[in-house]
Amino acid sequence: MKELMLGNKALARGLWEAGVKFVSSYPGTPSTEITEEAVKFDDIYCEWAPNEKVAMESAFGASLAGRRAFCGQKHVGLNVAADPLFTLSYTGVNAGLVAVVADDAGMHSSQNEQDSRHYAIAAKVPMLEPSDSAEALNFAKLAYEISETYDTPVLIKMCTRVAHSQSVVETGERVEVSKAYEKNIAKYVMMPGNAKRRHPIVEERTKKLIEFAETTPINRVEFFTDELGIITSSTCYQYVKEVFGEGASVLKLGMINPLPVELIKNFAAKVKRLVVVEELDPIIENHVKSLGLKVEGSNLLPRIDEFSQNLIAEAFGKTIPNSTFPIPNCPPRPPVMCAGCPHRGLFYSLKKRKCTVLGDIGCYTLGAVPPLSTIELTLCMGASIGATHGFNKMLGKESESKTVAVIGDSTFMHSGMTGLANVAYNQSNSTVIILDNSITGMTGHQQNPSTGFNIKGDPAGKIDLEALCRSMGIKRVRVVDPYNLKECDAAIKEELAAQEPSVIISRRPCALLKTVKHKPPLYVDKDKCIGCKSCMKIGCPAISMRNEELGIRNYNDAKAIPHSSFLIPNSAKAVVDQTQCVGCGVCSQLCPKKAFASTKEA
Amino acid sequence: METKNIIIVGVGGQGSLLASKILGHLLLNEGFDVKVSEVHGMSQRGGSVITYVRFGDKVYSPVVDKGQADFIVSFEILETARWLSYLKAGGQIVTNTQQIDPMPVITGAAEYPSNLVEKIRAQGIKIDAMDCLTLARQAGSQKAVNIVLLGRLSHYFDIAEASWQNSLKANVPPKFLEINQKAFELGKNFSD
Repeated sequence: MKELMLGNKALARGLWEAGVKFVSSYPGTPSTEITEEAVKFDDIYCEWAPNEKVAMESAFGASLAGRRAFCGQKHVGLNVAADPLFTLSYTGVNAGLVAVVADDAGMHSSQNEQDSRHYAIAAKVPMLEPSDSAEALNFAKLAYEISETYDTPVLIKMCTRVAHSQSVVETGERVEVSKAYEKNIAKYVMMPGNAKRRHPIVEERTKKLIEFAETTPINRVEFFTDELGIITSSTCYQYVKEVFGEGASVLKLGMINPLPVELIKNFAAKVKRLVVVEELDPIIENHVKSLGLKVEGSNLLPRIDEFSQNLIAEAFGKTIPNSTFPIPNCPPRPPVMCAGCPHRGLFYSLKKRKCTVLGDIGCYTLGAVPPLSTIELTLCMGASIGATHGFNKMLGKESESKTVAVIGDSTFMHSGMTGLANVAYNQSNSTVIILDNSITGMTGHQQNPSTGFNIKGDPAGKIDLEALCRSMGIKRVRVVDPYNLKECDAAIKEELAAQEPSVIISRRPCALLKTVKHKPPLYVDKDKCIGCKSCMKIGCPAISMRNEELGIRNYNDAKAIPHSSFLIPNSAKAVVDQTQCVGCGVCSQLCPKKAFASTKEA
Repeated sequence: METKNIIIVGVGGQGSLLASKILGHLLLNEGFDVKVSEVHGMSQRGGSVITYVRFGDKVYSPVVDKGQADFIVSFEILETARWLSYLKAGGQIVTNTQQIDPMPVITGAAEYPSNLVEKIRAQGIKIDAMDCLTLARQAGSQKAVNIVLLGRLSHYFDIAEASWQNSLKANVPPKFLEINQKAFELGKNFSD
């Protein structure tokens, strides 16, 4: 059946058709939906692991047990899982083992745009790279055949434009595969003596995989002209086809590690001009150069950001469509913390105390943008705690009295625990704030080991954060409600003053969770509001200042909303957008005139 | 047929994913090759978002580039202005006139530009602007802005009403179907 399918969903469908029985992943944009779609198939066991390393190790355990297994992660997730990957290259697999790494050229939702193809080269494992949903599905199935035939884990590299684009796929049926586990110390126990005997096997395997790369139909030549030959892969293939149609011959690579040799030499011999079109690093280009061939690429195309059809057309000197003259001075619209976000109150308190806030990866990274502008560091999962420890060790009392680490519940489970162990063990006087919104927020609400539910939403093991921190040796552990500014302020003040490590757990579920019941929205009593803008300091998207002189906006909207103070002449007063407000009440705690009231009580 | 391009723009969380899902379903059923490209993750948190829908005999790139959009479907008028450079010469805009202040406007660092519909129209651009939020509320839910817009977009397509209805039915939960059907009609039959 023909269907329009998201790349990630198509990949999950491919896992199911390949007979995969085990999926373990940690969420990360743009890879998350693969696992969220896989869990919809009853014959695949799926789970969220605490981090990518655990996910890959668990998936390998399933492979060792003789069942086809999978783990998915974003590019930076593979940094975390790199440790098992490099040695899994030596041990090989029992049943097929495939890992997706989803790159984010253009950094739509990431802290860097590293090129994951380097991992395939460094770990000496094959890597496939689909260019649309149909290939995502088919390459997933092929990856298991390669994994079992060549006794190797296989990487599939996705990118944002393949992962998050829908295109047409044809689905197939599931095959069932299972193998027996056999004890094999020489293959699976990687102590030096055994590893020394496995390394030559890895090198031999690469030679065989190069032979495979020469003939596999996923590396194909589309020959139209001898004027121009383009070597490309992934979404770049689509842009190249869009721009050139039959105006260029194309060598389309579906397998990008190891790269073929003869196939490329033969293609190069047939064309007058050879260009590699690839996003980020010149990996294919350098390979072609290493074969002694004359090739272009980096001289035409940027090595940063993602490409598009216009970018490629311009690089080849083609005209691009005239674009309409844009309206000047459009104010930017950066992402913001949602109305009712539980992080907001806590960040306000940190700002008020002029704290140095070393942050982490999650929605709360938005605490770095105005008007809160509070977070001063965002590096990688868990870095807030390690960095705070080092910072405090060097600056002593001066920083201990005002520096905090902030980290979400899921990020704490992922990589924060070991950082806290270091604080407890090496005794830095650090204050760690765990922003416990009881979910993995930024990636779209995934459960984690501290939420008490599994990937299906069924009750599961629940790690007690307070008990965990205490058991590590942190004596000062307290819980605050971030909707209560006084409570937050007192906790921050006292814990920063304390002469020992402490943990503040700021606990309130994400306002977007369907299980959270909201209070009725607030409105501003126009007679009480003095326009002091105290409520504007928290950067709530539901509050704005309105003045008729600035022009009436959304007139119909205003009329439709009860209690709207939209039409007050001559003085800007606070207005609550009731389509957004969830009645959290943080703003009303800042109002000197008690001008905020609930629409329910009015 | 030459590939046709639609961009759907708005503010993260406004419901553009459902609009693109319905369009994708419809166009595939009409026998076109279709690609839809979405944005997930951080930009969804109240940021400016863009979704690309492309259809034709054979679609390659999943994204629409500047100067290529036959249609801009917009949930918010500042977003219409922001993504204007994507419109093809002679392209059509279907937009909600709703204004949602971005954070720089809320904090007073920037001003929300005034009279955007008039400014766009003054450039000779075809713009169909309507207060979709009010129409959606008339239909029974302020969340139906996306369907009001689709209703209006349908006005420019040579695709049978029954096909639109079919795709609507296939993609919205049954208990909201009636509201959405009403929202579709209100958008379709809107006149200045």
